[in-house]
Amino acid sequence: MLPGSAPAAGGTGMFVPAATAGTVLCCMCGVSMQPNPANMCARCLRARVDITEGVPRHAAVVYCPDCSTYLQPPRSWLRATPESPELMQILLRRINRPLARLRVSLSGAEFVFSEPHSKRLRLKLRLRREVLHGIVLEQTHPVEFVVHDRLCDSCSRAQANPDQWVAVVQLRQHVPHRRTFLYLEQLLLKHGQASLAIRVAAAPGGLDFFFGSRSHAARLVDFLATVAPIQTSTAKQLVSHDTKSSVYNYKYTISVEICPICREDLIALGPQASRDMGGLGPLVLCVKVTNAIALLDPLTLRVHHLEEKKYRVYNFKAALTSKQLVEYIVLDIEQESPEISIDGSRYQLAYAQVARVSDFGKNDTIFTVRTHLGHLLNPGDHALGYDLYGANLNDDDMDKAMTRYSLPEVVLVKKSYEKRPRTRRWKLKRLPVEEDAANKAKGEEEKRLDEYEAFLRDLELDPEMRFKMNLYKNEDYRSEMASTVGDDIPTVPIEELIEDLTLGDDEGDEGEEAA
Amino acid sequence: MATRIQFENNCEVGVFSKLTNAYCLVAIGGSENFYSAFEAELADAIPVVKTSIGGTRIIGRLCVGNKNGLLLPHTTTDQELQHLRNCLPDQVVVQRIDERLSALGNCIACNDHVALTHPDLDKATEEFIADVLGVEVFRQTIAGNILVGSYCAFSNRGGLVHPHTSVEDLDELSTLLQVPLVAGTVNRGSEVIAAGMTVNDWTAFCGSDTTATELSVIESVFKLREGQPTAIVEDMRKSLIDSYV
Repeated sequence: MLPGSAPAAGGTGMFVPAATAGTVLCCMCGVSMQPNPANMCARCLRARVDITEGVPRHAAVVYCPDCSTYLQPPRSWLRATPESPELMQILLRRINRPLARLRVSLSGAEFVFSEPHSKRLRLKLRLRREVLHGIVLEQTHPVEFVVHDRLCDSCSRAQANPDQWVAVVQLRQHVPHRRTFLYLEQLLLKHGQASLAIRVAAAPGGLDFFFGSRSHAARLVDFLATVAPIQTSTAKQLVSHDTKSSVYNYKYTISVEICPICREDLIALGPQASRDMGGLGPLVLCVKVTNAIALLDPLTLRVHHLEEKKYRVYNFKAALTSKQLVEYIVLDIEQESPEISIDGSRYQLAYAQVARVSDFGKNDTIFTVRTHLGHLLNPGDHALGYDLYGANLNDDDMDKAMTRYSLPEVVLVKKSYEKRPRTRRWKLKRLPVEEDAANKAKGEEEKRLDEYEAFLRDLELDPEMRFKMNLYKNEDYRSEMASTVGDDIPTVPIEELIEDLTLGDDEGDEGEEAA
Repeated sequence: MATRIQFENNCEVGVFSKLTNAYCLVAIGGSENFYSAFEAELADAIPVVKTSIGGTRIIGRLCVGNKNGLLLPHTTTDQELQHLRNCLPDQVVVQRIDERLSALGNCIACNDHVALTHPDLDKATEEFIADVLGVEVFRQTIAGNILVGSYCAFSNRGGLVHPHTSVEDLDELSTLLQVPLVAGTVNRGSEVIAAGMTVNDWTAFCGSDTTATELSVIESVFKLREGQPTAIVEDMRKSLIDSYV
């Protein structure tokens, strides 16, 4: 009996006999071929079996011509450019269900060119399906999509009423100047938070931002909460109500109130507040406003950060604001203690002999005060400060403080520089704010320009504030003034400026920010 | 001559019939068409016997035989055994054997001289096969399948095996069996050869799904074209592989 054809186990490994596949005849056409599970040649298989049977050849897709988006039922609209992968994904999703039901799988798809205005999109699919005892056949199959035009919900709403807003953020600060809003405007521009607003309008005491959805408004409010001390309250008003599906449409109003204390404000703390802050002297200067207020006691050089919530407990107002700054000339300065640095700002206690510029030369009124600007001032400098000696204040806390403590006559706030040249090397962008035409008064225009000028001057002085916003190179700047400008006037170094993006015939430079 | 028939609308005729050179067994069907087809072809040469084995109709797969004898599984009832002994010619030895693998038709393929068996068959059964059928027994596999009785069908003149059989295997089997072999299909691409057709030296019956190509392959490898029962010429046994290109 001959042994079977099992391979003999070798010494080192298994012996595997060579097995070359023979040829059989195709059972349909008789052509010789390699055996396969159906034992039919490929052509007979393809002729017998059509795997694309039942696969749809036409389908429809909905397109919004306004925002060039395609509808993905039931409700989402996706943007896609012609013949892009996103469009292919949308089209394939439309025919996915019938394919899956027929157990046909997709192994490839490509676009066939069709005229853009023909409202037809053509795809060539490669379909794969298992037939007859496990053979997998692949076949190409063209599908044509008819494009129907329909305005998407947001476009139709925009078309019906372009000014329709759903949420408004009313930003207010009850102070007579607009410095905070200028600063906030630059911050919003830098972080792009006002890009979603339909409209920005100026209102007495602040700004109104109109949004198309409540979440956009909430996003702005969240941003403001991180950069300014604010208090918010929301109200809503019913616009329409669909009884069948219980859908309510509201208009939301978010009222945002910024704390009225600004930088360079002089505040007299009441006894309670002073005690709670650890005996901070009754007179404090506000030096920095972020989402907390930094209060500096100029006589002890101590800074206390007060959060918005804590502020609401006391609700003190500024006794003197930067409008009431008076110019002084420094006659003598004597440093008392070494320079220290708090929160990145430098202070130095010093005794200074100052006289009001209006008094200087006319009479001998000299004040000797302690100031925190010892590191900046030299004899002969001009400084701006609050004149408590000659001030007539309407502030209860100030009166109380005056009776209990002996207050200094002058509180110096900042150094003042010569009037600088009008043109600057840099410029700022502005938000497109709709002015409230009804409330325009003659003097308002003048005041606004002055405030803006003061704001720009502040920017030049403060590198930290500059860091938070975008400064652009001013192409119109001519540097003829370079020789006449004195050494000590601070200017913005050119490394901090961004090139503005100009789109035109000459190459537009992309904004490049160095350092 | 190869004929296309159906058993009760099923094309697997090798399951319901057993054809040898000395007799033919046919299952009991509802209508007489199956039986008549065999009778029309074979009645004047060999007896055509209607039977069941173990009460089932799948007689082609349960028994194995050639002109010398017939082997039946242990499930065959005594009545069936007696019936077969009565109907078949006296020189055919009818024997019931005790084998664990009771589907003898799936495990053993034989002609009048050689038999191929399932590798796991009992030694005792092997001896029975050698005695009763008068053949030389080889344990083999076909294209990796151990059910040799299902995947090949051969007569004294030629054989058809599973289409995926490699060329080396075909060589080897042909040497063992001493008949020309070809790899092919039956019943429109079905690989189970012996279930789809039944064959002896001068005639073959295939399922009605068999395509013309398959039929021509069958007729040429089993040399049926000139086939008449009296015109069997015994070829020289040579190991040769016919490949139809």
